[in-house]
Amino acid sequence: MCLAVPMRVLAVKGNENDISTPRIGIVEAQGIEKEVRLDLVDRWPAIGDYLIIHAGFAIHTLDAEEAEINLRLLREMAAGVAGVTEGDKGSP
Amino acid sequence: MKYVSEFRDKKFIVPLVAELRRIIDRPLRIMEVCGTHTMAIFRHGLRAILPEELELISGPGCPVCVTSAAHIDAFIDIAARDGVRVAIFGDLFRVPGASGSLARAQSMGARVEIVYSPMDALTLAEKYPGEEVVFLSVGFETTIPLVAATILEAERRELDNFTVFSAHKIMPPALAALLDDPELRLDGLLCPGHVSTIIGAAAYAPLAENYGLSCVVAGFEPVDILQAVILLAKQAREKRSVVENGYARAVSWQGNPRARKLMSDVFAPVDCQWRGLGVIPASGMAIRERYGCFDAEKRFAIRLTEAPEPKGCLCGQILKGKKNPADCPLFAGRCTPLAPVGPCMVSSEGTCAAYYRYARV
Ligand code: SF4
Repeated sequence: MCLAVPMRVLAVKGNENDISTPRIGIVEAQGIEKEVRLDLVDRWPAIGDYLIIHAGFAIHTLDAEEAEINLRLLREMAAGVAGVTEGDKGSP
Repeated sequence: MKYVSEFRDKKFIVPLVAELRRIIDRPLRIMEVCGTHTMAIFRHGLRAILPEELELISGPGCPVCVTSAAHIDAFIDIAARDGVRVAIFGDLFRVPGASGSLARAQSMGARVEIVYSPMDALTLAEKYPGEEVVFLSVGFETTIPLVAATILEAERRELDNFTVFSAHKIMPPALAALLDDPELRLDGLLCPGHVSTIIGAAAYAPLAENYGLSCVVAGFEPVDILQAVILLAKQAREKRSVVENGYARAVSWQGNPRARKLMSDVFAPVDCQWRGLGVIPASGMAIRERYGCFDAEKRFAIRLTEAPEPKGCLCGQILKGKKNPADCPLFAGRCTPLAPVGPCMVSSEGTCAAYYRYARV
């Protein structure tokens, strides 16, 4: 059920705190454009942000910084020097 | 592109597998909870390259597969009524209950529409004002907030011909129920990616504390999964059991509070029957009184009736990680994706369907 590929924001309509008008994002991935609802996204996206989409709704705006940390950890592991995350504090 | 291609980069795979082989020092049983993980592991051929010490078992993380036959029968009952049009996610279409499937109901005249989003069901309600449009909803924490937002939108648009049948389920109580079974003997849990986007990595802390179980949240790319497995193997080696987040770009420690608030504004926990696992306390999500006018169970006065599991189907044991599809005498013989006997063969994320597609010998 989960669509793993994040989609890039091309346009944002509506206002985070105004529920009287639809809050909609136009997103794109692999050449496919779609409209998604932004009602419950955790961080209001800016154009160029990446969103995780589930059944027509954005559920998360990706965190560039965390993605970098994620990648660094991967590179370290791949280089055989794993030993970085400090588990119980949440984010590595 | 930063968030996708780099996590797909094949150059990571070989060294990550080597690192895993270096770290793993005893046989490990790891459960991947989420059906999307099961599929990703097969699709990318990870099983073939993982060390033999690692046993991956599939858990109850396919929402369609854990929907009870009683719910499916109630869905069919509603779909067959006059003046009703039901909307569903496609995965549900061919799932058998005791009284057939929605596919069969459709072939006998029921109006069954497959939608991509619950909002599409709302659009149907506007398009057919003379009909009752019912969204038959199965799903976990990733789906429930969306349905909550859809109900709020239905209220805003003052639609009186739209209802939702909530067969929703939430993950943590089911995981705790599974872990209460001493036979399961798990060394680690590969926690679901997008359920965790909503509930946060923190949701697994009680499992790590109360059951001494290592929990790592994982993304869906092959390197994400390998990374998570390495973290689990490392915990096992160091005899630690904590929650780690291997998918921090999409999952935070506290999850998505806005989505959780929407979910708890509209839904309240109830006891719920899981296929194969039985009734698990406070593991379902029913529509609150305040939104009762959107509750299909109320509008159609539905009473769930206990229904037997399909004869010979081992789905229950498979969902609990106790049996493999190959242990089922019906697997790939009487039960195939085109003629499924049990739900695990129907859903594209079901364990039997995954084995059928990728691991038949
Ligand atoms: S192969 Fe079919 S009958 Fe056997 S456990 Fe799987 S779904 Fe059930």
